[in-house]
Amino acid sequence: MSTLAARKGHNKQHEMLQDRAMFVRLETLRLSRICGAGHYSSTFSAAELFAALYYSHLRLDPKKPKWPDRDRFVLSKGHAAIGLYPILADLGYYKMSALDNYTKLGSHFGDHPNMKHIPGIDFSSGSLGHGLSIGVGMALAGRMQNRPYRTYVMLGDGELSEGQIWEAAMAAGHFKLQGLVAIVDRNQLCIDGHTEEVMGVEPIGDRFKSFGWDVQRIDGHDFDAIMPALANLKPAGNGRPQVIIADTIKGRGVKRMELSLQWHVANLAGQDYDDAAAEIRAGLQPLAKVGKNRG
Amino acid sequence: MAKSVAIKKKRAAGDDAQSQDAIFRGTSGGDATLNDATFKDKKSVRGTPNAALPAFILGEELANLADKDPRIAVLTADLANANRTNDFKRRHPDRFFNLGIAEKNMMTIAAGMASCGHVTYAATFASFCAILGAEQIKTDCAYPAMPVRLIGHHSGMSMGFYGTSHHALEDLAITRTIADLTVVCATDANHLRAILRASVDHPGAMYIRLGRGRDPEVYPEVPKSFRIGKAATLRKGDDMTIICCGSVVRASLDAADILAKRGISVRVIDMHTIKPLDAGAVRKAARETGAILTVEEHNVTGGLGTAVAEVLVEEDRIPFQRHGVPDEFVPVGPPAALYAHYKLNAEGIAKKAQTFLAKAGKH
Repeated sequence: MSTLAARKGHNKQHEMLQDRAMFVRLETLRLSRICGAGHYSSTFSAAELFAALYYSHLRLDPKKPKWPDRDRFVLSKGHAAIGLYPILADLGYYKMSALDNYTKLGSHFGDHPNMKHIPGIDFSSGSLGHGLSIGVGMALAGRMQNRPYRTYVMLGDGELSEGQIWEAAMAAGHFKLQGLVAIVDRNQLCIDGHTEEVMGVEPIGDRFKSFGWDVQRIDGHDFDAIMPALANLKPAGNGRPQVIIADTIKGRGVKRMELSLQWHVANLAGQDYDDAAAEIRAGLQPLAKVGKNRG
Repeated sequence: MAKSVAIKKKRAAGDDAQSQDAIFRGTSGGDATLNDATFKDKKSVRGTPNAALPAFILGEELANLADKDPRIAVLTADLANANRTNDFKRRHPDRFFNLGIAEKNMMTIAAGMASCGHVTYAATFASFCAILGAEQIKTDCAYPAMPVRLIGHHSGMSMGFYGTSHHALEDLAITRTIADLTVVCATDANHLRAILRASVDHPGAMYIRLGRGRDPEVYPEVPKSFRIGKAATLRKGDDMTIICCGSVVRASLDAADILAKRGISVRVIDMHTIKPLDAGAVRKAARETGAILTVEEHNVTGGLGTAVAEVLVEEDRIPFQRHGVPDEFVPVGPPAALYAHYKLNAEGIAKKAQTFLAKAGKH
């Protein structure tokens, strides 16, 4: 393949991924409207990460959701499930119409994901601080069963305040779980404010390093950064566990939500809904505000 | 009204852990005239066969099961010696994981492994199990119906003089209220073997409560009739029923012997499964013996007694009483002294039962 053709293919893939990230944001609007409330901004910060993982990187077979050799994905920040559900439907785990009664009585789809009812959800989540331990268990199981899968855990930055995260980080380093990959959605805000004002989590990279992890720090909205970081990951084996700290913007994609504390859980109605949808369809625009601690 | 008592304990020969003369001040109940024999701790008896020490067979039995079942994995939190999961480690090192002093992490990791097809046994002191990891048990084990078996050993006040931080008198109350969680108490070594064998293919998560590993024998062999959720009637009787579990089953049987000599016929039921409770056995006992005393090494609030009360409250009224540890923090003391203090030894249970029957107008 010529360099030009490779470049074209690369551009095409990025266009596709950008389109899917947009799809995640639009579906988040749609599902939130059904429910009357939604975790918009925590999902928007992870939209590019979701798209890259599910449409390009993870080894999955939607026809066989329990395939024992599949890569595992644990959404430790379970409140972003509203962005994951549409992806799983889009990939064929279930019909998109299954989401039409999102959060209604009798629906399998709540604000936080339930593995018992939703194909493609590898573990239920919702209580922050648990996901990395779940991932350690999955990675150890892979080792016991001699299966080559990797285990990915998406963490919020706010949940790094939970002590159990560091118990798990310590265990992953101790057991040399190279097949364990943590992705920190460093969107800067927890509910009550900026993480560094509420409870400082930096320096995240140094902290993971000191627990025996390999660290990459990237722009979590830029596929030119996300895709190489994912490609850099080592396969499962005996070695340092790996973390990608993705610097993101909480609420990215809708100006009024970006780095705003008002949109952690909220509801868009009427003209606001249409305005937000139009903004998302226009694609990511230059940032209105600059974050305080970009990597 | 609670009365304070001071009790002087004499040396129990050959037992380092119990060898210090100890004085403890009780805050309720208690009997100031206890003799030396009352304080003789089972632990101090030389030559007790290992088979009679439940915690001591834990690792061995799990290793036996794992010989035939590749799904089984065992975790602990820096207590591999205390719970003898070391015996498992020796035979299955690739399926043994010591998480260090990080119990919540251990429980959630066990759930993560279980989601990939393993049946996991995670063991730690009962004092650091249900009460410390209640949310991990609920959210990561019970709710997603993971086959995680949480093993809380050295439960109740069996840690004696280690004090309240090491006592677990709330664990049944906590675990009993978690939906879809099975809660089982081991009575002795053979009983624990039966529980572990039955646990392998049991659906969903389980909490298994163990004594201190030195509980006196009740089952001379592994009970073949053991079923999770099915109470075992260990002694027939007509005047009343003692419904008990775990470490106090032996003492309850011995109490029934004492009472028999006094002309009182006592049925004894080992209600090893606290959840789901064998409500049928409770109703039958109420109907046939007309009086029920529950006995447990647990706070009387929320444990076995409460579970039985929840059945009886919907039946015709019969005399009923709960016997266990009152709602208070237990004083420091050797276990045997504490059992005597709280009337959870044979003599104490017999006394309690007789008073109960007299009050009920039955004897």
